[in-house]
Amino acid sequence: MAQDDVLVWVELKDGVVRRSSLEAIGAATQVAAQLNSSVAAVVVGNADQQTLKQLGDAGALRVYRVEGADYVQFEPCRYADALQAVVKQSSPGLILMAATALGKDLSARLAARLRSALATDCIALEVNDGQISVVRPVYAGKLRAKVILSGPSPIVTVRPNTFPVPAAQTNRQPEVTGVTPEVSAVLRKVALRETVYSTGEMPDVSEADIVVSGGRGMKGPENFAMLVELAKLLGGAVGASRSAVDAGWMDHQHQVGQTGKTISPNLYIACGISGATQHLAGMSSSKCIVAINKDPEANIFKVADYGVVGDLFKVVPLMTAEIKRLK
Amino acid sequence: MNIVVLVKQVPDTEAAVRPDSSAPARIVESGIKFIVNPYDEFAVEEAIRIKEAKGGHVLVVTVGPPRAEEALRTCIAMGADDAMRIDDSQLPELDALGRARLLSKAISKSPFDLILCGKQAIDDDLAAVGTFVAEFLELPHVAVVTKLELANGKAICRKEIDGGAQTVELQLPAVITAQKGLNEPRYPALRGLMLAKKKEIAVVTPSSLGISAEELRPSYRVQQLESPPTRGKGKILQGEPETTAVELVRLLREEAKVF
Repeated sequence: MAQDDVLVWVELKDGVVRRSSLEAIGAATQVAAQLNSSVAAVVVGNADQQTLKQLGDAGALRVYRVEGADYVQFEPCRYADALQAVVKQSSPGLILMAATALGKDLSARLAARLRSALATDCIALEVNDGQISVVRPVYAGKLRAKVILSGPSPIVTVRPNTFPVPAAQTNRQPEVTGVTPEVSAVLRKVALRETVYSTGEMPDVSEADIVVSGGRGMKGPENFAMLVELAKLLGGAVGASRSAVDAGWMDHQHQVGQTGKTISPNLYIACGISGATQHLAGMSSSKCIVAINKDPEANIFKVADYGVVGDLFKVVPLMTAEIKRLK
Repeated sequence: MNIVVLVKQVPDTEAAVRPDSSAPARIVESGIKFIVNPYDEFAVEEAIRIKEAKGGHVLVVTVGPPRAEEALRTCIAMGADDAMRIDDSQLPELDALGRARLLSKAISKSPFDLILCGKQAIDDDLAAVGTFVAEFLELPHVAVVTKLELANGKAICRKEIDGGAQTVELQLPAVITAQKGLNEPRYPALRGLMLAKKKEIAVVTPSSLGISAEELRPSYRVQQLESPPTRGKGKILQGEPETTAVELVRLLREEAKVF
C-alpha cells in the first residue's frame, strides 16, 4: 500500500540524478523507518532505465514517473502540477527534496498548492509520536530552530551535504508508475526561454564537498587563480566573502554568507577571510574549517579546526605543491 | 503601472540574536536594531525604478507588529507612495503560509500589475512567502531574480539556479522575488525622510480582511530556538610557511581525513 509513503522528488541535471537528491532519499529512508512506511521517489522529466534502477538501489520501493517533452526543463508551476498529481494518487505522509535552487522553488509552489507545512533547508529530521519535527538554521545560521510540522503531507527540503547518500543495494527494481498531471491555467502565462550553465568543470559552491574561499586578504581578482588551482586539485569549488564579491573580484554566485550561500561542505578553507558574523553564519556548519590568515586575532580562527597564522600568498602555493606531491 | 512590494522587518544583519529564556521560540528583541529585510530592499528599489521610468504607483505591504511601521517608513523615504501594515500582534502565532494568506487577501482588494519581494527574509530564511502569494493569487512567479525587464505586458527575468541562470518570460500580473545583484538600493534623500515621517500608514487586521484565526492556525510551529553547538578549540599553526603548509596538509589528510 502506497499510503503514507515518504515521497522524494528526484532532481535531474542533464538527465543525471543529483547527489543531493540521493541524500534526500537517504534522509527519507531514516524517517520512513520511524514511520513504519517506505520510500517512494518521483522523477519528472525523461529518466532512463538506468536512473530508475539507481533510485531503486538507493532505497525507493516505488517510482512515480512524469514524462514528456513539457517536463524536460524545470518550471516550478509545471513541476508542482506533476507532484500534485502524484500526491493525489499516493497521499504521502511526508514529501522530501533537496534544498537546491530548484528544490526551494518547487517546494514553495507545491506547499501553497497543497496547503502543506513547509520547512526549507533542514539539517535534521525526526518523528516523535507520529509528528514530524525538523531542525533548520535560522537568522543565517546564528540560531537553530526546532520546528514541529503538522497537517497532511508536510514538505521538507534538506540541506545538501548534510544527509548520507544511501549505500546502494544492488538489483532492487522499483515498481514504476506513470502519472499524467493536469496542467494548471497559470502555465499559459510562463515561458522558459533559456537555461545556461556556467562553463567550467567546478561543482557549484552549495553542493561541493570542498570549498576554497577567499576574502579581502586576496587583494585582487587575479589572486583567486591560486584558489582555483587548489580547489580543482581537491575536486572542490571556489567561494568568496562578501567583501571580495562587493569589490567585484568574484561573481555573486560564489558568495558564502548571509547574503550569499549557506553551505556545509566537508572541508572549508578560508583564505584571507577575517570572519565577519555574516560570513560565519554561512559556513559554520562546515564539517572541517581551515583558516589561513596573517592576523592571529582574526575572528575566523575562533571557528577554525585548523588554522595557519601566516601569509596566504606563501602558504596556499606551498599547500598546493605538497598536495600535488602526495597525489 | 501599479506595483505592490512585500516587505518584512527583520533584525539587523549585525545583531547578535539569542533565544528568549521565557519564550524559547522567540528571540530577545530588546537592544536589537530592526531593518528592512535586505532582499526586500532590492524589490523596493526595483519598484521605484520602474515607477521612475514608466510612471505608476508603489504600495509597500508588511505583516507585523506596530514596530514594523518603521520599515514601511524607510520604504516611503526611498520613494514608495503608500504603505499598509497588516497587524499580527493579536495573533498568538503566525507561520509563512498564514502571512502569505493575509498578504494575498490584502493585495487582492486593489488592482496591481506586479508584485515584488525579496527572495527570502533573513530571519526565518524560509524563501517561500513570495511564491506562496503567487500560488494563492493564481499568478505566475519567478524566484531569485537578478535582472528584470518589462515590456508589452510581459516581464523577462533572469533567474539564478545552481551553477547557472535561466531566462523566463511571463505575462503580468506576476510575482517576482529579488536576489542580490538586481540593483543597488538607494539611500533615502532628506526630502523622502521628511515625507515618510508624516505619511499615514494604513493598518488592517486579519478580521477586517475576512480571515479567521482558524484559517491562520500555523502548521509550522517553532518549538525552540538554540545557539548552534560551539566548535572545539582548533589547532593553530604558527611559524615558517614551509613548515606550517606541510603540517597543515598532513593534519588534513591524516587527522581530519578530508582528502
